[in-house]
Amino acid sequence: MQKFKETVLAPFLFVVALFVLWELICRGFSIAPTILPSPSDIWVAMVRYWDPIVSNSWQTLFTTLAGFGLAIVFGLLLGVFIGWSKTIYGALYPVMIAFNAVPKVAVVPILILWFGIGTVPAILTAFLISFFPIVVNVATGIATTEPELRDVLRALGASKLDIMRKVGIPRSMPYFFGSLKIAITLAFVGSVVSETVGSNAGLGKLMLDAQAAFKVELVFAALVALAVLGIVLYAITAWVEKRMTGWAHRGDNQGV
Amino acid sequence: MKIGAPLVELKNVSMVYGSGQNAVKAVDDLTLTLHKGEFIAVVGPSGCGKSSMMKLISGLMPVASGSLTLEGKPISGPINKVGMAFQASNLLPWRTATDNVLLPLEIVQPHRSQMGSKREEYRDKARALLESVGLKGFTEKFPWQLSGGMQQRTSICRALIHEPEILMLDEPFGALDAFTREELWCIMRDLHAQKGITALLVTHDLREAVFLCDTVYVMSDRPGKIVKIQKVDLPRPRDIEVTYTQHFQELVQELRSHIGRH
Ligand SMILES: Nc1ncnc2c1ncn2[C@@H]1O[C@H](COP(=O)(O)OP(=O)(O)OP(=O)(O)O)[C@@H](O)[C@H]1O
Ligand SMILES: [Mg+2]
Repeated sequence: MQKFKETVLAPFLFVVALFVLWELICRGFSIAPTILPSPSDIWVAMVRYWDPIVSNSWQTLFTTLAGFGLAIVFGLLLGVFIGWSKTIYGALYPVMIAFNAVPKVAVVPILILWFGIGTVPAILTAFLISFFPIVVNVATGIATTEPELRDVLRALGASKLDIMRKVGIPRSMPYFFGSLKIAITLAFVGSVVSETVGSNAGLGKLMLDAQAAFKVELVFAALVALAVLGIVLYAITAWVEKRMTGWAHRGDNQGV
Repeated sequence: MKIGAPLVELKNVSMVYGSGQNAVKAVDDLTLTLHKGEFIAVVGPSGCGKSSMMKLISGLMPVASGSLTLEGKPISGPINKVGMAFQASNLLPWRTATDNVLLPLEIVQPHRSQMGSKREEYRDKARALLESVGLKGFTEKFPWQLSGGMQQRTSICRALIHEPEILMLDEPFGALDAFTREELWCIMRDLHAQKGITALLVTHDLREAVFLCDTVYVMSDRPGKIVKIQKVDLPRPRDIEVTYTQHFQELVQELRSHIGRH
C-alpha cells in the first residue's frame, strides 16, 4: 500500500497539480495561446489533429525502434569484440570516445546528403546516437570479469570462446540491459532531431510545420505526444531490464 | 593417507612478470616437491610470490628458468588436472550452487561432450558433493542466498567436481570468521582423507597450515624462495583439539620465527 502511494499515487497527483497550475497561470495572466497555450487548448488541438498526430507518432516510433534495433545488434557485436581482448579494447576505445564526442546532430546533414530526405537518415541518426552506450556497457561487463575466475577456467583448458560464453557474455547482460534505458532515450532524441532537420514525416516534422504555420497549440500537442511516447519506451525497456537480469538485482526484495 | 611418489616437482624455478625495464621477478630459485596424496602449505609474507607459484603449477604462466614437471613431464600450458579455489568464491551469480559446481564439467573433456546426455547424472554428482560438505538443502540456492562460508564450500566443490589430480587453494578461508574457518578446516581435512587428493594450500594462517598439512614450506620475501621446510608429524586424523596441544604450538612458533624480518 505504501509502495502504491509512493510509485503511483504521488507522481500522478503531482502531474495533475502541475497541469492545473499551468491552466490557472494561463487564464489568470491571460497569456496568449500563441505564446503558451493552456492544457485545455492543447487538449482541443490533440482531439482536432488526432489523425496526423497518431500517424506521425507511428513514423517516429518506427524510426526510433529501427535505429534502436540496429544499435542493439551492432552494439552487442562490437561490445563483445572490444571486450574480447585488452589489445582490441586499447585500440578501439579512443576512437570510440572521439566518435562519441561528435554531436550527432552535426552528422544529420551528411546523412541527408547521402540518403536524401526521409526515413533512412532518421533511423541512422537514432542508431548512431544510441549504440555507443550499449557498446561501452557490454565491453565493460566483459572486461571486468574477475581474473581469478578466468584463471580457474583457463587452468581447466577453457578457450577464450568458452570463457566468453560461460562467463563474459552472461555477466555483461545486466550492463547491456541497463544501457538499453539510456539507448532508447537517445534513439528517440536522434529520430526527432533528424526529423526536425530534414524529413517528410514524424513528430519532429509535424512540429516544424506547425511552428511555421504558427499553430502553437499543435506544437505543444506534438510535444505531449513525444513525452507520452518517450515515457512508454523507457518504461518498456526498464521492465525488460528488470525481467531479464533478476539475479543482478539481488536483495531488492529482501529485508521485509 | 599414504604419501606417494612425486607428482609436481619444481627445481630452481624462477618466474617473471612483464619484460625489459618493467620486469618483476616474482619467484626465484624455488625448489619444492609435491607428492601424490600429500597436503602441503606454502606460507610467506604478502607479495612474496605464492599466488604466482600457483599460476606456474597450473600452467597459466611459463617458467623463466628452472624445471617444472608433473609426473616427470614438463608443464608447458594449462594441464586441466588442477582445481582451484581462491579467497573470493567467484561464483556465478546467475547460477545455483549446483550449476556453479557443474561449471568445470562443461569445460573439461570427456564430460564436456557428454553434458547434453548426462546432465542430470552430473547434477546428482554435484549435489552429492555439496551435501558432503554440509550444504544439504542449499544446493538449489543462488550464491547471494548463501553465507560466506557456504559460498566458499561451493567454490571448493567446484574445484573438486572434475576429480583433479591437484587441488590448489589460495587463501580459501582468508575472508571467513574464526569459527567458520575451523569448521571448513575440518571439512577440508575430511575431503582430503576421503578422496586421497593431493593439495596445495597457500595461507597466512600458520595454525591452518599446521592443522591441515603434512609439510609446510616457508617462502622468503619477493622474489620468493623456500627458506624452511617443516614436516608436521601430528598423527591423522587430527581433531581441532590438537591445536591446543603444546607440540602444535611449538610447530607454529617455529614457523613464525622464519617469516619476514619482524
Ligand atoms: N599480473 C602481474 N603483473 C605484474 N606483476 C605482478 C602480477 N601479479 C603479481 N605481480 C607481482 O609479483 C609479486 C608476487 O605476487 P603474488 O601475487 O604471487 O604474491 P602473493 O605471495 O600471492 O601475495 P599475497 O600473500 O598478498 O597474496 C608481487 O610483487 C606482485 O607485485
Ligand atoms: Mg596471493
